[in-house]
Amino acid sequence: MSGFDEVTKELNFDSPNSYVGRSVTRPNARRLAQGRGQYVDDIVLPRMVHVAYCRSPHAHARIVKIETKEAAAMPGVVRIVTGAEIAMVCKPYVGVLTHLQGMRSPPQYPLAMDVVRWQGEPVVAVVAQSRAEAEDAVEAVDVTYEELPAALDAERALDPDAVVIHKEFGSNLCFQRTVDTGGVDAAMTSAHLVVEDTIHFGRHTGVTMEPRAILADYNRAEESMTVYHCGQSPHMMQGIIASRLSLDEHRVRIVARDVGGSFGIKIHTYGDEIAACALSLMLARPVKFAADRYESFLSDIHARDHRVKARLALDRDGNMLALEIDDLTGVGPFSMFPRSSGVECNQILNLTGGPYRHKEYRARGTVVFQNKNMMCQYRAVGHPIAIAVAEHMVDQAAAKLGIDPAEMRKKNLIPDDAYPCKSPSGMRFEALSHHQCMAKLLELMKYDELRRQQAGLRKKGVYRGIGLSSFIEVTNPSPMFYGVGGARIAAQDGCTIKLDANGSIIAATGVTEQGQGTETIMAQIAATALGVEMSCVKVLTGDTDKVPYGGGTWASRAAGIGGEAVLQAGLALKRNILEVGAVILKSNAADLDIVDGKVVKQGTEQGLTLAELARICYYRGNELPVDFQPELVVTRHYRVKDYAFVFSNGAQGCSLEVDTDTGFVKLLKMWCVDDCGRVINPKLVDEQARGGIVQGIGGALFEHCLYDDRGQLLNATMADYLVPMAAEMPDIETAHVETPTKTSMLGAKGAGEAGTGGAPAAIMNAVNDALRPLGAKVTRQPITPEVVLRALGTVR
Amino acid sequence: MKAALESVEISLTVNGERVRRSVPARLNLADFLRNELELTGTHVGCEHGVCGACTVRVDGEIVRGCLMFACQSDGCAVDTIEGLSDSRELEELQSAFVLTNALQCGFCTPGVLMAAQALLRDEPNPSRERIREYLAGNYCRCTGYQSIVDAIEAVANARAARSGR
Repeated sequence: MSGFDEVTKELNFDSPNSYVGRSVTRPNARRLAQGRGQYVDDIVLPRMVHVAYCRSPHAHARIVKIETKEAAAMPGVVRIVTGAEIAMVCKPYVGVLTHLQGMRSPPQYPLAMDVVRWQGEPVVAVVAQSRAEAEDAVEAVDVTYEELPAALDAERALDPDAVVIHKEFGSNLCFQRTVDTGGVDAAMTSAHLVVEDTIHFGRHTGVTMEPRAILADYNRAEESMTVYHCGQSPHMMQGIIASRLSLDEHRVRIVARDVGGSFGIKIHTYGDEIAACALSLMLARPVKFAADRYESFLSDIHARDHRVKARLALDRDGNMLALEIDDLTGVGPFSMFPRSSGVECNQILNLTGGPYRHKEYRARGTVVFQNKNMMCQYRAVGHPIAIAVAEHMVDQAAAKLGIDPAEMRKKNLIPDDAYPCKSPSGMRFEALSHHQCMAKLLELMKYDELRRQQAGLRKKGVYRGIGLSSFIEVTNPSPMFYGVGGARIAAQDGCTIKLDANGSIIAATGVTEQGQGTETIMAQIAATALGVEMSCVKVLTGDTDKVPYGGGTWASRAAGIGGEAVLQAGLALKRNILEVGAVILKSNAADLDIVDGKVVKQGTEQGLTLAELARICYYRGNELPVDFQPELVVTRHYRVKDYAFVFSNGAQGCSLEVDTDTGFVKLLKMWCVDDCGRVINPKLVDEQARGGIVQGIGGALFEHCLYDDRGQLLNATMADYLVPMAAEMPDIETAHVETPTKTSMLGAKGAGEAGTGGAPAAIMNAVNDALRPLGAKVTRQPITPEVVLRALGTVR
Repeated sequence: MKAALESVEISLTVNGERVRRSVPARLNLADFLRNELELTGTHVGCEHGVCGACTVRVDGEIVRGCLMFACQSDGCAVDTIEGLSDSRELEELQSAFVLTNALQCGFCTPGVLMAAQALLRDEPNPSRERIREYLAGNYCRCTGYQSIVDAIEAVANARAARSGR
């Protein structure tokens, strides 16, 4: 087999027959375009009932009494259940990762027990024949609350007189961490320039078009549970549901068919979803929970509520010497299970300033409890903040020193030939391309021309701004992300691939599809590995009974980790097929290859089709030697071993215009150059960048979960909570630099989050670039007209 | 409350088929299509007329399925994504959407396609700005909209080329 191994070691992704690197269309898109998708709320099962929840109207209150008699008599009502009853069948959970040292969070129950701790916390479950009847009965449930003072402001959460949400902890501290290289104070003291600022990032949320939904079907005869879940991590959910409800894990099956947007929102343990599973167990019939939009705003995880104080020290020539940050974030009353609510802060500490050459770094992160909805991991976790903080400081310093922002970055970005290297925060970088990406970006933007145009327009009173950002992105995570902290979330992933009796290829993968194109790129990789037409390949995802155990889709891991498993499985199957071919063709496997779905002697075109080979193996085994057994199903797994994360990198640019009378920001154009290693499908990578950037734009300019001083969410409707709309969005131009990772044969890094991570920085820098001649500066996101007008002094 | 629960007899045409049902007065058209007729291609994203995922066609005009009661559709002709896919009326747009990857999760797509078809019927040659403006009633969280605009523009251009304009 040595000949074959040599060939596969140098698998040529640039060959004409390779699907890797080609913008093929997504086979599953046609189904969705015809409205033939199947989302959880589309599924109807026999004897299915619906649950709706009575939710807390208060941010903090004691439950005095729950009266359900009137509600129970309402039409269609099947059962009304309180938190205490759910707790009889469901064990509590604790959202703590042990590697985030000192982190604490109390046990959490699906429904509130005696105290409610955020507005929207589920309190009573009402099960009825229809969702409408369940909602009617929810209105009739009478819960008496004794309102308690609430801890809302993260800045005051640790004050001596603060309301302590969990008395047993003595304070509202959830997690604290410090990173310190030791020389920051000395560097700050001797620096030519120290710039400092405090930057606020507003709380926002994912607003998936399909609200969260779950359909749990407990079968009492089998003691099995089938759960249709719109989620990203089926095996993680399998473990959680089995362990919480004391079921055998292998009798819990999670099916994730079409998912209507996820972005990290649908990867957590929500009490209303776990309660639906518990109710199915209690009632021994299918129970569906489909959140409405109001519930989504109140209970889908929020993210990004951070205040960061930053200081940056530079020498006379503009070389960065030291960076210091202090991050404070309020994450709600509990740390979310099982990924914890400490990760966004932790990422900010790990990533801030990561593209740059400074040697000294000190960072402090403080995570506190508060009486608002919980925060947890949403697309690009921590990146938008880490990147915006560093890029803002770099621009502030550049302006003070009279250096052009592009020049400032060229001066300070880690040189492309300096890898592998380590950041001051301890992140290990395998191979990044900041300078190549920045050079390509500036060319794409026609940067110098834009600057000239900007100068000309300023004379006419038009305030245009140009903003840049350089960034790193955590992708392809190893077990160092969650597994090491005790969470049962797989970092490895697998692929089982088989040659079926008719010659087609079926590949089952543990990573999942939410529309980003997972199934498509896996088919591209499998077809390339095997030497078959892509149309012969069917990819299975999202069913714990059918796919190898895997982590699912998060932290931009599907292409890099799931893709490598598919590649290795495909090559292993090819080896087995060639062995069969050698037996049938009376040849050596090393002399054979698969070309266009045929086993051929290398260099010839005549050969044996895979359909014929499969026919012989499956139906006419009598034609094979008695001592030879074909194996046409293989499984391979892959995990990242050499690095904690395989970082990708890139650069973004933004051109915009600020209306200084109204404060409105008009985006003119965005540019993105991304290095995600080997690009499997350029079109799909571009669309991840565009969609990601627009979510970044949302956080930078529009999206904000606004709470009043009693902890009431003020804008929990789609009309009041602003998301990016078609008319306000600019065209986004993309380009790539390809530095394949050597940690895998495929060489792919993740591409799903870089857009969201890099955009807010470029936008804030562009706004400040526009406002600089007026002596104004914004340091608060979302950059609403009010924020701009306050910066200008028009509004006080 | 009582009046809202009262049943109303309705008779309408859905995707060319005659339908008679007795429905609660409060039932909205989107839920009627999804739950009574099992036409689940019409999606419900906000239930307050903002997101556009439930856009369907009633007597030739696009409406929000969540803002119209089923009983208001009595006597009407309703077209959904299923019907317009089967009749191939949307085929050109659907192909363009697939080609430009103008959909990711697909949840908003049926509504976006309904809107796009209505736009091109009324304005065969819209500019990119006009397409963006027209889509103001359709939220998409995945694509960032550019590929949707590309797809609609491509179909408009193809139709213009075919008709020799």
